Amino acid sequence: MISASKTYAISQSLPLDSGQVLDGARIAYETYGELNAQRSNAILICHALTGDQYVASTHPITGKPGWWERMVGPGKPIDTDRFHVICANVIGSCLGSTGPASIAPDGKPYAMRFPVITIRDMVRGLVALLDGLEIETLHAVVGGSMGGMQTLSLAANWPERASRVLVLASTARHSAQNIAFHELGRQAIMADPNWRDGDYYGGDAKPDNGLAVARMAAHITYLSKEGLTEKFGRRLQDRPDGTKGAKSFGFEADFQIESYLRYQGSGFTQRFDANSYLYITRAMDYFDLAEEHGGKLADAFAGSTARFCLVSFDSDWLYPTSESRHVVHALNATSAKVSFVELSANAGHDSFLLPHDQLDRVVRGFVQ
Amino acid sequence: MSAPQSTLRFDLDAIAKRIGGQIGKANGPSRVLDIGCGDGALMAALASDYGADVRGVELDPAKVERAVAKGLSVIQGDANTDLANYPDRSFDFAVLARTLQTTNRPDQVLEELLRVADVAFVSFPNFAHWRTRAALMFGGRMPVTNAIPISWYETENIHHVTVEDFRALAADKGARITREWNFANERAISPLGANWRAEFALFELSR
Repeated sequence: MISASKTYAISQSLPLDSGQVLDGARIAYETYGELNAQRSNAILICHALTGDQYVASTHPITGKPGWWERMVGPGKPIDTDRFHVICANVIGSCLGSTGPASIAPDGKPYAMRFPVITIRDMVRGLVALLDGLEIETLHAVVGGSMGGMQTLSLAANWPERASRVLVLASTARHSAQNIAFHELGRQAIMADPNWRDGDYYGGDAKPDNGLAVARMAAHITYLSKEGLTEKFGRRLQDRPDGTKGAKSFGFEADFQIESYLRYQGSGFTQRFDANSYLYITRAMDYFDLAEEHGGKLADAFAGSTARFCLVSFDSDWLYPTSESRHVVHALNATSAKVSFVELSANAGHDSFLLPHDQLDRVVRGFVQ
Repeated sequence: MSAPQSTLRFDLDAIAKRIGGQIGKANGPSRVLDIGCGDGALMAALASDYGADVRGVELDPAKVERAVAKGLSVIQGDANTDLANYPDRSFDFAVLARTLQTTNRPDQVLEELLRVADVAFVSFPNFAHWRTRAALMFGGRMPVTNAIPISWYETENIHHVTVEDFRALAADKGARITREWNFANERAISPLGANWRAEFALFELSR
């Protein structure tokens, strides 16, 4: 467990969608920029599946820059000279907030005894944090991918808590295809003999192989075919001894794309907990905002006075433009103030994290 | 309310002044939907000069991005398909400026305008203007004029329309034309012989 720079202990028990409650939950979070005297300039950024609170500061394990430093910082589109940015690790995750790796009241890690959580449960945790920070209304709530789901959930269930709602490359429901890819990842983890029904904490080995495969499969869904072709094509990987790439007539990582995926997979196991991966992917699969509101998505936003902005990317096949449009149509039906644009980018789902001038202008214009 | 100095294109300027003149008669800010709003020039003027609650729809993502960057609520969408999601009478005014002739089914789009809003404004280049007629009659070529500046093979205008055609469509749809403006050389002209003399026409309609 990593000690985060700031942790908030939720004093009350957190009721969960499953009917269970989570007692003694802690939320690890980071803040950037000053909160003004009226407490009105806070922007909450919600992170994606394997993201964390280090949106604009160095990751303590990998030593890499924050995951959205190009968007968040002094003078950046989400300008920390003007706004007080809050980013919190969601419950169920493993970067300081309470999750399956945390110690349960009996002194042992929860592991699979951790209750199954939903996106709305994650947002319950975030709202508890906002209560603790005495922030009544956010200037904006912002999120991409799973962060966009939390953003929509907050807008639907706590409509008075945010004046602006910015959703990037996201969806209001997980499709069968989305669930299928997640199930592949979960099965890879659970098939790893080191998983041991989730009780691997404190042991010699973790289910790193399974988690790496899960990450590799998921990573493919974050990229586009044209992006992969452009970046890797059929190029062969040079050998570690410096010899030029050649087919091994074996099962080494001959192709650059194989080498890249293996690197992504093994790197991921250094910073992420396999059980957290199970719980968070499950939460995403359960997400269906319409279902929570009587089957009609428009009803989720009835009476909302917030301004909404949705952005999709034309090469994103994980949460394609049609999913954003579905949300936009529901918002139109409730006469909500909504903006929507499909941006062109060839990096697939990950485009929202990558340099994109048009995205920067949309984000800056919308949150200003 | 005195109308502020405007840098809007002439048809948009007329719409802004007309909407501005009617704002304040109803309770609360007037709600306006601008279909084919471009980068939001009319929307911005209506919001800043008259405090209107404005929404836009625009097909071109680059223009949507510029509008959103200004803080306007604009969705990238298509007049042919995306009006269906708005509830009946959800706007006081709907604007379709120089867009009608680019739609797949102008009759259906007009129907939708009159469904979602109490009052609709529609402007378009008049294909029966004498220059257009002359180009066809004497040149034997599809006209390229100030009002229709792009060659037939690359123009977005797929349903050219005349002042008389539009009046007939409105009558067919049971829409009442409450006001009509005609323009030539970017100035308002008298309605006399408008189908010959007007390069552009603007109609205000309601049911």
